[in-house]
Amino acid sequence: MTNSFADFAKAKMILVIGSNMTEAHPVAASLLKMAVIGGAGLIVVDPRRTPLVDLANLHVPIKVGSDVAFLNGVMNVLVTEDLYDKKYVESCTMGFEDLKKKVLEYPPERAAAISGVSAEMIRDVARRLAAVRPAMLMYTLGITEHICGVNNVMSCANLQMLLGNVGFECGGVNPLRGQNNVQGACDMGALPNVFPGYQRVDNPHAREKFAAAWKVEKLPEKPGIMIPQMIEGLLDGKVKAFYVFGENLANTEPDIRHVEHCLGSAEFLVCQDIFPTETTRFAHVVLPAAAWSENDGTFTSSERRVNRVRTVSAPPGGAKPNWWIFKEIAKRMGQDWETNSAQEIWDNEVSQLAPSLGGIKYFRLEKDGLQWPAPSLEHQGTSFLHKEGCFTCGLGVLAPIDWIPPAEVPDAEYPLVLSTGRRLYHYHTRTQTGRSQGLNDLLGEETADISEAEAEKYGIEHGEMIAVKSRRGRVVVKANVTEQVPEGLVWMAFHFREGCANWLTNPAYDPITQTAEYKACAVAIEKLA
Amino acid sequence: MKKAIFLLNGKETPYRPGQTLLEATQAIGFHIPTLCHLKETTPTGACRICLVEITGARSLMAACSTPVAEGMEVFTETERVHNTRKLNVELLLASGKHDCLICEASGDCRLQELAYYYGIKELKFSQDEKFYPTDDDNPFIIRDFSRCIRCGRCIQACNELVVNRAISYGYRGKNSKVVTGGDGPYTDSECVFCGQCVEVCPVGALTEKKAKGKARAWETNKIRTTCPYCGVGCQQWLHVKDGKIAKVTAVEDGEPNMGRLCVKGRFGYDFIYSEERLKTPLIRENGNFREASWDEALDLVAGKFKEIIATHGPDAIAGVSCARSINEDSYQMQKLFRAVIGTNNIDHCART
Repeated sequence: MTNSFADFAKAKMILVIGSNMTEAHPVAASLLKMAVIGGAGLIVVDPRRTPLVDLANLHVPIKVGSDVAFLNGVMNVLVTEDLYDKKYVESCTMGFEDLKKKVLEYPPERAAAISGVSAEMIRDVARRLAAVRPAMLMYTLGITEHICGVNNVMSCANLQMLLGNVGFECGGVNPLRGQNNVQGACDMGALPNVFPGYQRVDNPHAREKFAAAWKVEKLPEKPGIMIPQMIEGLLDGKVKAFYVFGENLANTEPDIRHVEHCLGSAEFLVCQDIFPTETTRFAHVVLPAAAWSENDGTFTSSERRVNRVRTVSAPPGGAKPNWWIFKEIAKRMGQDWETNSAQEIWDNEVSQLAPSLGGIKYFRLEKDGLQWPAPSLEHQGTSFLHKEGCFTCGLGVLAPIDWIPPAEVPDAEYPLVLSTGRRLYHYHTRTQTGRSQGLNDLLGEETADISEAEAEKYGIEHGEMIAVKSRRGRVVVKANVTEQVPEGLVWMAFHFREGCANWLTNPAYDPITQTAEYKACAVAIEKLA
Repeated sequence: MKKAIFLLNGKETPYRPGQTLLEATQAIGFHIPTLCHLKETTPTGACRICLVEITGARSLMAACSTPVAEGMEVFTETERVHNTRKLNVELLLASGKHDCLICEASGDCRLQELAYYYGIKELKFSQDEKFYPTDDDNPFIIRDFSRCIRCGRCIQACNELVVNRAISYGYRGKNSKVVTGGDGPYTDSECVFCGQCVEVCPVGALTEKKAKGKARAWETNKIRTTCPYCGVGCQQWLHVKDGKIAKVTAVEDGEPNMGRLCVKGRFGYDFIYSEERLKTPLIRENGNFREASWDEALDLVAGKFKEIIATHGPDAIAGVSCARSINEDSYQMQKLFRAVIGTNNIDHCART
């Protein structure tokens, strides 16, 4: 996030797009709702009538996968009605003329035809956003889990820069991270193209610096492959050994049948985890690891805040801290690493090597942690980025973006759209929440959420078992007839193995990030009896 | 500009216009006892414990809901104030079953503290005996109406802190009750089981089912940590007895959650004690797993990696790190891949 959670409670105008935060990030939603009951404006852009809509001034029920067209339509109004922040655009951004040319191709009527919301509503959104500065934009996976995920993100950034909203408290572009340490895993360089602190592996200076620190002669310069390519590589033999640490790929990746075929083809699969999972079934070696409260360490949250994690008890049986396991493998492959605790790893390596974390040491994290960048020990951390529109990279780039449809759209055989996500009472594949007493009582099985219109059309009763099928698979699942879902849409989660949406989802990916289009594929539903 | 001043027990005291008496006194570290007051929410003045005497006012005033005025003369320790507060505690004690000996909240109960503070020696009034039935038809929260003092903190928390708007006051007078919409159990309501109502309950009316009988308040030590679920990074207190978590509460003044948690953060902690945890390395042999020592398992992994590097090159190895585990683990894994194996084939579910 460019900004902080504290801003959620203080914001004056809020645009939430592709985020069901009351279920996926409930505490963030509480802060936001405080702002709204205190008088802030709220616009919710989502195909579903999510719980946040109850508090919104405006619900914009766009069609799944039409975000770019909708946002271009809004920007078209900002430009044609002269509502954008000219001073900000001139002094802080580049590329306005190109963006303008592009958004002029999306008059509200055209954007309306693609997104399914009225031209009047698109104008209304633009005018409301232009009326209050700064406005804060939040998004989640509704934006990123599309074949055009990068374009969706850039469109959100375009909008906020056009409005002059980036670089201020209670403004900015704010993706809510789904997992406790997905931000941290990125910061640590668990990515194929960057070292810790986002230093590129194809930069010879960065390689030299890390090679010296790690006491090796050289480091690989070619960026590596991403998860989907790794999984495919098991099948075509490019990947011989696959090391999976704390991920349940057999449930979380799109098209489970194919993923399991790939995992089953692995020559050597190592799984390091806290529980046996659907993925460890395919392993050749399983390494038992310490969990959450069995570690001293740090997580980094969505707001770039490095927080402490503290030990309550030792891991059960022979389970070991993960950092220790990696160190032991390194030792057996000929390298002796000096650091011997999470604190030593952070203080002596991470914060020495990543400039934005340079001022963050364990002794400074006793209470509320610190938000990076915090480059020196005197630095108090950064609550929002790009202050006053001074972008870290110089000028903010306004990029012209065209709308493209999802990879798979409904047709006569598969007439409905399936979209997926998370529900309140469970977390991912339930390895944790499924084993925490009580949560299964509140949500014990997967459902297919369908509209009343669909229920009527197919003669389906609420609670009846139905089949949902796509070109990849078929699941039998309970129908949940709900006002949340519009006609033409089926909505499911991936928490339960039985009825998991990923038997159906489409392994089509954003070309840059290799993020799968979990939010859109074509399905058919079938009444069983 | 003239500094805003009021008189606190005869002493000139500064305040910010708009502050309540309670806020102004708290700002200078002066203590006025409270019960129903809940930070960050609209004051209700329900419990009458923070009463003070104000010159010219007909009755005693609640400090939590009275704005300070210029020159206002306030007395907090007069006999009238003391006696009235004490009387109000006595009335609260008579309003329900406050049998501390068997109450889950004992040792962490504001009413118990106040009764002790005001030196109450005996129950002056006979206790009510008829109560609404307990609602515990859900996995997490016990609502014992016989202990409810109707202070309204749970209502304030639900409506103003977490804004889930599941409960409010129902009925009138002696029959008043904290109700869900339609006065059904939590399971048939808008309740999302964040447990904020339990966290702010000053007595034993709302308690955690999972924590019941696990530990007395004074038997636990609190360890601060970060929630293991979504990316908000909520700050938690783990209440630990004998090395085991008895319950989880929020860090009141901790960024970013400022005293809030959700259902997963508050109640989803005990997976770590599951019998299904992996406890020993496993090696596949003839299609089945067998237990192995760390040395054997690690030698096998390192040996196989070396063999693959020698035959197919380092790029034939790929790894996925964990977005759930600590930073230091991800750092070590990418270091293993880059510096030891010699490939950048390291990723995690960064984008989903």
